Amino acid sequence: MSQSGINPSGDGADAGRSGEVVLRHGDTPALKGFEATIFEGLKAAGFDEGEIFAIRLAMEEAIANGFRHGNEGDPAKSVTVTYGIDGTGMTLAVEDQGTGFDPTAVPDPTEDANLEIPSGRGLMLMRAYMTEVLVIPPGNRIEMRFDRQV
Amino acid sequence: MNPESAGLRVNEMNGITRVGFIEQNILDEANIQQIGDALGELIDGLDAPRILISFADVAHLSSAALGALITVNNRVGSKKGELRLADIDPKILEIFKITRLDRLFEIHGTSAEALVTFS
Repeated sequence: MSQSGINPSGDGADAGRSGEVVLRHGDTPALKGFEATIFEGLKAAGFDEGEIFAIRLAMEEAIANGFRHGNEGDPAKSVTVTYGIDGTGMTLAVEDQGTGFDPTAVPDPTEDANLEIPSGRGLMLMRAYMTEVLVIPPGNRIEMRFDRQV
Repeated sequence: MNPESAGLRVNEMNGITRVGFIEQNILDEANIQQIGDALGELIDGLDAPRILISFADVAHLSSAALGALITVNNRVGSKKGELRLADIDPKILEIFKITRLDRLFEIHGTSAEALVTFS
């Protein structure tokens, strides 16, 4: 059970616009198939191109972080994505099988001293593009919400 | 690493190496690694590299792609070269602004505008 108010199970979403998928590292066809399902659901719910761009960016950052940092590239571990879409927005939860991380320990990538560091921008991009992003302790689950401006 | 097999178009004219992307989406981590490797080899083979990367037709990129670009920028800088970015879609440009990487990279509206800025 999540500790947040974000409900990624999709309660209240239209039928067929909520679900859960387990993704394996390197299984690009499965990832693309899942994303296609999400994009179709978003379009059917009336999301515009800019909104889909934002959600896609945040979702892919969360999944990539789960594989790369959470699961440390271990192909035996998976990332589970749960989502719910309705006309007012989307909820999304991404959970890896790692030990988690402390989001307050991630350096601010926008500081001058950190601009040349190649990594560490995923979480800030999620926060920039989604309405709310929660890192659920111990840090191996991220819950996000996107509210449409309608 | 062959640039084309990494999803890159590369050509050289008047001492400036122009790089473009074949794929519309620069998201897949394995592909980003290949792009980074190919650009790294390209830079290693040049003295004071002058490189223009065009993002024409690129619709999506990830923070991993930004990381690869930062590594390219660092390598070009270590060889006292010049790197320019151009033709970036407004939505992609917003990512550069949010991350403040628009201050790290020299970004121009078009390739033509970027080309005249090389020394």
